Amino acid sequence: MLDTASAVGKAPDRGDPPGPARSRRLRPGPYLLILPALAVIAVLMLWPIGQIGVMSLQKIGNRQLRGEPAENVGLEYFRTIFADPFFWQTLRHTVLFAAVAVTLTMTVGTLIGLLLNRLGRRMANLVAGGVLVAWATPPVTAAIIFSWLFGTTGGLVNWLLDRLPDALVGGGWADYNWFATPLSTYTVLTVCVVWQACPFVAVSVLAGLKSVPDELYEAARVDGSGPWRSFWTITVPLLKPIFMVLIVMSVIWDFKVFTQLFVMSGLANRDAFNLSLYAYSEAFGSLNPKLGMGSAIAVVLTLILLVVTAVYVRVMVRQGETA
Amino acid sequence: MRRRKLRAAGFNVLGLVVFALAVFPVFWMVSTAFKPDDAIFSATPKPITLHPTLRHFGDVLGNPVAEVSFWTYFRNSLVLALVTVVASGLLALLAATAVARFRFRFRTTFLVLLLIVQMAPLEALVIPLFLDLRRLDLLNSLSGLALVYVGFSVPFAVLLLRGFVAAIPKELEEAAALDGAGPVRVFFSVLLPLVAPGLVATSIFSFITAWNEFLFAFTFLDDQDKATLPIMMQYFFGHSGNAWGSIMAASTLLTLPVIVFFLAIQRRMVSGLTAGAVKG
Repeated sequence: MLDTASAVGKAPDRGDPPGPARSRRLRPGPYLLILPALAVIAVLMLWPIGQIGVMSLQKIGNRQLRGEPAENVGLEYFRTIFADPFFWQTLRHTVLFAAVAVTLTMTVGTLIGLLLNRLGRRMANLVAGGVLVAWATPPVTAAIIFSWLFGTTGGLVNWLLDRLPDALVGGGWADYNWFATPLSTYTVLTVCVVWQACPFVAVSVLAGLKSVPDELYEAARVDGSGPWRSFWTITVPLLKPIFMVLIVMSVIWDFKVFTQLFVMSGLANRDAFNLSLYAYSEAFGSLNPKLGMGSAIAVVLTLILLVVTAVYVRVMVRQGETA
Repeated sequence: MRRRKLRAAGFNVLGLVVFALAVFPVFWMVSTAFKPDDAIFSATPKPITLHPTLRHFGDVLGNPVAEVSFWTYFRNSLVLALVTVVASGLLALLAATAVARFRFRFRTTFLVLLLIVQMAPLEALVIPLFLDLRRLDLLNSLSGLALVYVGFSVPFAVLLLRGFVAAIPKELEEAAALDGAGPVRVFFSVLLPLVAPGLVATSIFSFITAWNEFLFAFTFLDDQDKATLPIMMQYFFGHSGNAWGSIMAASTLLTLPVIVFFLAIQRRMVSGLTAGAVKG
């Protein structure tokens, strides 16, 4: 996560110069040093990613788990899901949620970052410490707390909404069940996820802002441009690399959100599924596991995220993060 | 001058509002954990109770949750997190030294690979890893889960540590080498002490990853006496209905260590971020 940190500029390179004398002979040293990490990553991440592809073409149920060879079904699972309106519904949930959550996270996070930059040191530390509490909260507890805040018995949000004038928010909030419809479930999920994700954006934007020379803003002020204009003509272009990385990372995180939705809504509530929950539910959700089918859905999710990751890697490489 | 003061005051008020909104959910969790039941389900929720009780904490710590003691879940979580920290810290330190200190073929490829796998959807990998661990007979065991956590922590740990290793002046190592220290000695007496703060930051991140993880623990561990704290939270809903007081007390016990750790490295983290940003 934190590597967005240095996204603004190139990290200074202290490695050996790639001089001819050095590069001619292959030194085993660095390869030996990366080998253990590489092995772990290959076995635990690269190999499984390949496996999902293979598994998505196979029938893997209880009998296969007991040792029978997996039966090849070709592209059947993909044909099935693409023809199934339920798949498109989960995909729509996934995309819409990501769009709304990322927009809100970026907007609110950036505003908090700008505010932190304007505050005095002590106040900035206090506020930064406060938002870091939100960031640090485990996803499971975050989901539980928001389920409680939006709950029907003793829930604070319903109580508050019930107190507000009906003309403003409508009536009948006292027993409103937030987890009865997908739209309201996703509303709570959005609040929860945005609450946890804003701090990272805020802190990263703050780090970026600190790197912008004050003279630029002073010059702009002398030229008569207001804060709004300075923001769009100075801050946004200079922080564009940071914004790019933050947006891509947020898209990826929000696309595959699982834990919070699982805790709030569970596997029984199929109407509110996103792609992650759908894949999981097919693979593990019943006594009759369909690991091949779950893999096919996971493949779709992975392919979408690979495209987004490609954008991310391009941005990082261009900024010299890998130099 | 007066306008400026007024504006600064306005920003401070705004800052306090942001602070309040940010910490409110966690405050509400802790405050609920201390409320007696009649206050928890009262028709008018109050921010704090005048009759705080430790009963819910006592219940969680003293009574079994789904037939297993809180301390078993706690121990499982702690062991998993510590194993993850040590193993991924070691692997990451070696790899970070390689990419920060040497230029070699495939170096960029390796870094790009780290960036890619760091973004990989673990939610999708859970299906093949389930089968792999099953084949290796590592399902329903903490060591199998630890293995998976190490794999997930390493890419980010390398990327994070790389900056810390690169920040150590190479001249120090060269001086030690001139004085006759071999590479192993240089590593242990020069590099390691200097990179220790970075190792602490990396460790805390790996610790939090393992401590918070839910999906894999939920899928891979069957026995309750092997479950971790986040899984224990899930049992609460099944077994004791909506005992919100106990749920919030348990949430507090799960959350507070993470927040303390996080705030402990906050300054280093923020200054690390800023330092990275300034180097143009």
